[in-house]
Amino acid sequence: MEDDAPVIYGLEFQARALTPQTAETDAIRFLVGTQSLKYDNQIHIIDFDDENNIINKNVLLHQVGEIWHISTSPADRGVLATCYNKPSDSKVLTCAAVWRMPKELEPGSHESPDDSSSTAHTLELLCHLDNTAHGSMACVTWEPTGDGKRVISLADNHILLWDLQESSSQAVLASSASLEGKGQLKFTSGRWSPHHTGTQVATANDTTIRGWDTRSMSQIYCIENAHGQLVRDLDFNPNKQYYLASCGDDCKVKFWDTRNVTEPVKTLEEHSHWVWNVRYNHSHDQLVLTGSSDSRVILTNMVSISSEPFGHLVDDDDLSDQEERRPEEKSQEPPQDSVIATYEEHEDSVYAVDWSSADPWLFASLSYDGRLVINRVPRALKYHILL
Amino acid sequence: MAAAAAGPGPGSGTGDSPEGPEAEAPERRRKAHGMLKIYYGLSEGESAGRPAGSDPLDPTDLNGAHFDPEVYLDKLRRECPLAQLMDSETDMVRQIRALDSDMQTLVYENYNKFISATDTIRKMKNDFRKMEDEMDRLATNMAVITDFSARISATLQDRHERITKLAGVHALLRKLQFLFELPSCLTKCYQHLPSFRAIQDDCQVITARLAQQLRQRFREGGSGAPEQAECVELLLALGEPAEELCDEFLANARGRLEAELRSLEAELGPSPPAPDVLEFTDHGGSGFVGGLCQVASAYQELFAAQGAAGAEKLTAFAQELGGRYFALVERRLAQEQGSGDNSLLVRALDRFHRRLRAPGALLAAAGLAEAATEIVERVARERLGHHLQGLRAAFLGCLTDVRQALAAPRLAGKEGPGLAELLANVASSILSHIKASLAAVHLFTAKEVSFSNKPYFRGEFCSQGVREGLIVGFIRSMCQTAQSFCDSPGEKGGATPPALLLLLSRLCLDYETATISYILTLTDEQFLVQDQSPVTPVSTLCAEARETARRLLTHYVKVQGLVISQMLRKSVETRDWLSTLEPRNVRAVMKRVVEDTTAIDVQVGLLYEEGVRKAQSSDSSKRTFSVYSSSRQQGRYAPSYTPSAPMDTNLLSNIQKLFSERIDVFSPVEFNKVSVLTGIIKISLKTLLECVRLRTFGRFGLQQVQVDCHFLQLYLWRFVADEELVHLLLDEVVASAALRCPDPVPMEPSVVEVICERG
Repeated sequence: MEDDAPVIYGLEFQARALTPQTAETDAIRFLVGTQSLKYDNQIHIIDFDDENNIINKNVLLHQVGEIWHISTSPADRGVLATCYNKPSDSKVLTCAAVWRMPKELEPGSHESPDDSSSTAHTLELLCHLDNTAHGSMACVTWEPTGDGKRVISLADNHILLWDLQESSSQAVLASSASLEGKGQLKFTSGRWSPHHTGTQVATANDTTIRGWDTRSMSQIYCIENAHGQLVRDLDFNPNKQYYLASCGDDCKVKFWDTRNVTEPVKTLEEHSHWVWNVRYNHSHDQLVLTGSSDSRVILTNMVSISSEPFGHLVDDDDLSDQEERRPEEKSQEPPQDSVIATYEEHEDSVYAVDWSSADPWLFASLSYDGRLVINRVPRALKYHILL
Repeated sequence: MAAAAAGPGPGSGTGDSPEGPEAEAPERRRKAHGMLKIYYGLSEGESAGRPAGSDPLDPTDLNGAHFDPEVYLDKLRRECPLAQLMDSETDMVRQIRALDSDMQTLVYENYNKFISATDTIRKMKNDFRKMEDEMDRLATNMAVITDFSARISATLQDRHERITKLAGVHALLRKLQFLFELPSCLTKCYQHLPSFRAIQDDCQVITARLAQQLRQRFREGGSGAPEQAECVELLLALGEPAEELCDEFLANARGRLEAELRSLEAELGPSPPAPDVLEFTDHGGSGFVGGLCQVASAYQELFAAQGAAGAEKLTAFAQELGGRYFALVERRLAQEQGSGDNSLLVRALDRFHRRLRAPGALLAAAGLAEAATEIVERVARERLGHHLQGLRAAFLGCLTDVRQALAAPRLAGKEGPGLAELLANVASSILSHIKASLAAVHLFTAKEVSFSNKPYFRGEFCSQGVREGLIVGFIRSMCQTAQSFCDSPGEKGGATPPALLLLLSRLCLDYETATISYILTLTDEQFLVQDQSPVTPVSTLCAEARETARRLLTHYVKVQGLVISQMLRKSVETRDWLSTLEPRNVRAVMKRVVEDTTAIDVQVGLLYEEGVRKAQSSDSSKRTFSVYSSSRQQGRYAPSYTPSAPMDTNLLSNIQKLFSERIDVFSPVEFNKVSVLTGIIKISLKTLLECVRLRTFGRFGLQQVQVDCHFLQLYLWRFVADEELVHLLLDEVVASAALRCPDPVPMEPSVVEVICERG
């Protein structure tokens, strides 16, 4: 299948930050932030034309510094947040800011996508998330179902909840909490749960995963020693409210039921080096994507702990017209968890993977050498899940 | 005419001539003839019509008896025109030919018949000759028979006379019979007479008293089985009801046997005076089983007349008491489970089993022998389980010893027992335990033991019990125990000492290469496994052991790699790389890394072979290493340090990657030192790389990294299979550090070398 071949896009700089444009549900669009200490950093807006297998890019200048983390507003397509290092001689501080991209780059208005790649646009700063008192920002995460007015940022050992006011031009610290304990505690990653009406956030620091209630900013649960070494990333199952995936430096991916934190539900050990990223597919949560510094991206079918353990039971709307010609041959044996595919297009450590927000069968991965690879779920599996 | 000539076909030769129907014949005969003719293909009309129109005396009739050729020819010549003459000539010729061939056929057939007749006659001649012989023999036999018959009648002559005499005596005796029957007749006739009745009554009273006394003695029962048997015999002779006696006899016997059982139970007791198990079974065997034998044999002798019902009673009796006896024996045997001595137990079981063979033969229906065999089998199985437990415990004990030896504080300047020595200790200790267990269970199959020829002990015990259950089971459980160290949650490296992992891995590998097949051969030899049931092949076990060894070694690599990784990571994460000073020394942590790696190298070297190292390229010999590395630096590092060309850096590193193979960091290792060390160093350096990429470096920070990496390069290359790997990873570390540096000014390679050599 030639059109299942990966599409590769190369950036000039090193890059770690990748995100889909969350609010965009029609076009397949990813944002990549670069890391360069010597040049102006950029945010590449990668549009993927699924039918023609063509990539269109737009470049935004991000002059304030190298980008460590990037995330997009779930409500406003033009708004995004970055965590960046300010270049400085004496010390390194990672700051966070909310930006708006230029109007003409917002979807639906790119009248001349071809020549726009030649000119670089500049981001419009909406507001800083002021962290002078709290330390370096590790990540910014948006309230998934909200109106794009609430974000949480993790700064060293603090978890900060911000209200964005006056069309996001001002960020007010709504509440905060911090980790106390001996040693240098530092959050590495955090995700906002799409369930529980947006009242839960999970964070990772060292080998521990913690759940927080955003109303009281108090800890709900705590998975001590979730991984043998540092926990690098986590993600919530979009369809099962208590399920959580995590990955870390012990090369493992673990799946947790937050109601019982003593044992992981499942453990995968497919990578041969640290796993930096884990992502559930937004629609079909049996599809789990992981990226690792062994330069591989692995797509796993975790059907046994998915919300559809016995295949697709309820018809989607877009499938109803095919319903009558679907044969009832679905075998009754329970499906097995398995690795669907290992993608080896990268030659350097893969620090970011994510699914497209528009096409549930498409994902992107980004390696440190600036190579962005767009892949699709194998067609056979796609039909197997749909039919 | 032509029709007439053609008429008699081959059919006329068969003798069924068409002249037949000419005669005056009854209607029926004609009909039969007609059918025959249809059969032979002649039409009725043809045969009937022809003679009607012809005169038998006509000389021109070709078929007639008075045929004259001259007349015929004349007639033809005269009467017929030329054409008809020609016709009749061809016709004639054809007929002659047909007749000719017919005649030939006939002659041939007749000749055949003659031949077959000759054959038949010859055969008959033969047969007759044979018959003649037989007849001769018959004649001689008859003569012999006549002779015998004459002799017999002569002999019988005498007997015949005696028989006649006896017949006479018989007649006389029959007459005398009446006299014999007379008394009963008289009794019948004169019973009512008082005197006779009184005599009878007296007699009855005496018999009743006698019976009563006998019963009394019988019930008192104290006098032992043989006397009782005598009583019963007398009572039976007195005509007492046998069924009742059966019951009483058994009830008495039960009393005695129960007493035996009670005394046995007392020996069990809550706090037994503890006679050993041999004594116990001896006691049981002589007391209870002996008693049961006596009872059974006496019973069978006395009540043989009772038939099936009696035998059933005895069977039920024996079964019940036997069951209780077995329960007691099992309780006693259960007390033996903990003990280690098999020989006493086997002897006790042997006695027990042997004693039960006697009643077993007497009471086949009660199934005592089978039950006894079952008990022995169960005990044997339990012993196997016990030995398996013992072996497991021994293995765990060994592991504890090793742990203690490893954890024991080293005396200054004095090494504890080396790993190789510990390994040898563990291996020999396990092997001796296995051998001891084999020897212990081997007692069960010794020739002189009475149950060793039972099918269970010949087959299943050897194959499923000893080989599979004990030996294979133990090896499997050993592998499992060893593997469990890999899954232990102490991933931070705490729980299991790495040396133990290494030792276990070598142990499993040794098992794979030699020990397993040795142990199994030993077992097969000792137990001569005849059973056909499938057994685990050696190869499967070896594969399991190898897999275990591999997992342990891989885990060892991970744990050790993690230890070094943690050091490196801390050293990168906790340092402020932006405001660091110009490097003067190699950082202490790097020296520590090299020291630890060397220590690991020594440790692994104790147990694993060196392994294959990739052939060194000519310019990387030890002597020229520093030169080589500096030249490498100039060739390869230089572009990445020139601040003007980040693109080039990428391009270069990408091209470099194109030509180098992908490095699998946590890849499975092979069973040799070099592979293990390569694994550990890969993990450590990859960690260093990832950590470096997360930091930002000042100029001196970068230079420090440069110094550190050069130092590592100087010392680590000798441990790995392919030194290119170390170069590659360290190159990448320095390149990444350069990328993470806003002001990348590299240190002069010569200065780097000086610092490294000094430190």
